[in-house]
Amino acid sequence: MTIRTLRDYGQHYRPRMACLKNVEVFVVEMQDPKSGVKGADQKLNVTIIPHVINGQDVLAWIVTKMKVTTEEAQAFGTMLVAYGYIYPLQNHRKLVLVPDSTLYRFQTPYFWPVQKWPAEDIDYAIYLARRNIRKKGMLEPYEQQHYDNLHKWMNPKWDFIVMQATEQYKANKERKKPDRVVLDCQERAYWIVHRPPVLTFDVVRRTNIFLTQALMRSAVKSSVSLTAFVKFVTTHHNHDPFLTTPVPSNPWITDSDEFWQLNSRSVDIPTKLSVERWVLSFWELISDPRGRVDFKLFLKKEHSAENMAFYEAAEEMRWGAASAIPEKSQFIFNTFLKPGAPRWINIDGRTMGLTVKGLVVPHRYVLDAAQTHIFLLMKKDTFYRYLKSPVHKDMQKRALVPAPHVFTDAQLEANVRNRNPGISPILQWQQEEEEKAAAAVAARPIDVKAMVATNKLDRK
Amino acid sequence: MIFSTKPEMATQEIQPNETLTNLKAESDTLKTKLEDERAKLHDVELHQVAEKVDGLGQFIMKTRRTLKGHGNKVLCMDWCKDKRRIVSSSQDGKVIVWDAFTTNKEHAVTMPCTWVMACAYAPSGCAVACGGLDNKCSVYPLSLDKNENLAAKKKSVAMHTNYLSACSFTNSDMQILTSSGDGTCALWDVESGQLLQSFHGHAADVLCLDLAPSETGNTFVSGGCDKKANVWDMRSGQCIQSFETHESDINSVRYYPSGDAFASGSDDATCRLYDLRADREVAIYSKESIIFGASSVDFSLSGRLLFGGYNDYTINVWDVLKGTRVSILFGHENRVSTLRLSPDGTAFCSGSWDHTLRIWA
Repeated sequence: MTIRTLRDYGQHYRPRMACLKNVEVFVVEMQDPKSGVKGADQKLNVTIIPHVINGQDVLAWIVTKMKVTTEEAQAFGTMLVAYGYIYPLQNHRKLVLVPDSTLYRFQTPYFWPVQKWPAEDIDYAIYLARRNIRKKGMLEPYEQQHYDNLHKWMNPKWDFIVMQATEQYKANKERKKPDRVVLDCQERAYWIVHRPPVLTFDVVRRTNIFLTQALMRSAVKSSVSLTAFVKFVTTHHNHDPFLTTPVPSNPWITDSDEFWQLNSRSVDIPTKLSVERWVLSFWELISDPRGRVDFKLFLKKEHSAENMAFYEAAEEMRWGAASAIPEKSQFIFNTFLKPGAPRWINIDGRTMGLTVKGLVVPHRYVLDAAQTHIFLLMKKDTFYRYLKSPVHKDMQKRALVPAPHVFTDAQLEANVRNRNPGISPILQWQQEEEEKAAAAVAARPIDVKAMVATNKLDRK
Repeated sequence: MIFSTKPEMATQEIQPNETLTNLKAESDTLKTKLEDERAKLHDVELHQVAEKVDGLGQFIMKTRRTLKGHGNKVLCMDWCKDKRRIVSSSQDGKVIVWDAFTTNKEHAVTMPCTWVMACAYAPSGCAVACGGLDNKCSVYPLSLDKNENLAAKKKSVAMHTNYLSACSFTNSDMQILTSSGDGTCALWDVESGQLLQSFHGHAADVLCLDLAPSETGNTFVSGGCDKKANVWDMRSGQCIQSFETHESDINSVRYYPSGDAFASGSDDATCRLYDLRADREVAIYSKESIIFGASSVDFSLSGRLLFGGYNDYTINVWDVLKGTRVSILFGHENRVSTLRLSPDGTAFCSGSWDHTLRIWA
């Protein structure tokens, strides 16, 4: 008999009680003498084993009771065996439900997984029960809560607990009074540490503040927000590879990575689908690296590239290392914000005033107000001009519509053998950093005096 | 720490008329008032709005790659922004970086602890973060040199007082957000290991977190063993929204692609959708035949499909709008512990206690 302990140290230490409670309802029904799975005595070697069931019957019962397919019933049946509610008679190691005449038995409830309570809970229940016996109503409100909870969860064991508590109470009475007092204090201290009071003033106070703030925040009507979800799904339907087959093909299915190559950041002409996605919103446009490249090209033509540059610099500061903040804020101030700065951004006086003041003691969120202002400016104004611009319209015309791949079986096999290893992201990152550095140098304003000093400007 | 790990537990001065009973009564009044206000806005259900939407056809989703190499239960995985590389961690302490497209292993690190429950790929693709029972989150810079010992350059970033359940880089390699069994989430500066912000509010272990994909990128959601899903403001550390409708531990939370909603998967065998703007739960994805908990959830790119990995070894695919189950995928031979969509939505990866990872498309 394999008794499996359910201390799964996976995502958390505690046994997964919630689902097991539901499972037990089913297992009890399965054992019903009239409507459950039919069992019989079975002779195994020399002994006669009572109430044996076979895999086929179990499967059929699950299919009928839960109204599911055989596959699903098989999966659920295997779960019952895996968790020890049903155990196989012959092949102990393999804990799977085999849908034939393989023999199983129901595990006695004493060994069900739910019964494996951590020892502390039992001890605590005994302790509280004993306190109750001594003086009814002597428990603190939080202790009463714990007691009620334990009473609910440990109901089957309650007789055992009360019995233990009574024994301990009687044994305690035999002790001398000073010993009793000391032991009481020790126990009380132990349980305050291991079962601290649940509700304090601060917890309730914080809840009240949270609720008050929640009331002040305005929520939106369901019809509005739910319609927004439907709209999002509809507009993105063609871009979802699970709903619309990607062109030329899904790399995971055909083993050809052309789809990734056509949508990469450095590609000359983007695909039509990409361009359509950029039109959906400003955020989609700048989230796609290729889209951002296009947008920056447009900004350059408009001579308003400083907005995007400021946005990117502010993002870098916000998400960057804490040690880089003073240096970055200084750079941003000198380049974008100070009067007469080479790439001065046009924000309203109030925001500028607040930002400059905040930069005296820079922190990572000091540029938030200015950044939001610039972002909204780009989103509500520049973006729409971009959509109407010749740069964009030209790109829409030139955008590719790749032909869908039609691979023969032989070609598919060849694809599997020749899967493209691609570029390591580390190399890609290094390349991008080099490009960024080069762009930063190119964007720096020309210092005429310095050029004259080094005789670069030929005045002849 | 013996008592609670929450520093604010030190009681403020109690006013004369402010007894616990009074405060609790005020709580109840506020809660009822909030419920009434929200009920006024509750004018339609999701499936009603979804009636005009076309139904989904049949799906053919198959395992396209099986990644074998872990010697024990796979606990967590994350995709690289290049859409093909992944990092995965397992119970035996191994963290492996794979090129899932070619199925080659590119890097491997052995952590000094077992049960590496969290791992994340840096946005630049140049580092990975992982942690688990060691209560820490460490960052390993990756190297082009295959022979280099990655453990030598390891950087310890986060320190919690209990196990690390989830970690995620923010928009850069320089910040990490972590959640822990000690009931808190925290934001860390990678370079200095400094704690930038901590988030207190969960009453039990926090099991999962996800960063909002929105333009402002200032919020994240966390789910815990106290059945609550909390939305936090990263700047102030405040909990701005809280949802408590699940009946058991919340194992996984994931934002809807638009950022206006999130889904959660729980031990109560249901997945639920929460609308952030209407401030309520709008859908429950469950079936009588699904009894075992959902360990991990993720949306497809358009948000139409919700993929859920369950503890009964299966993956269920739900139609988010209509609330029905579209498909059930078999293949794993043990519990599905982690599931994530690839960055461009062309596939999703599932990791399982059967030691393998599968790419489905």
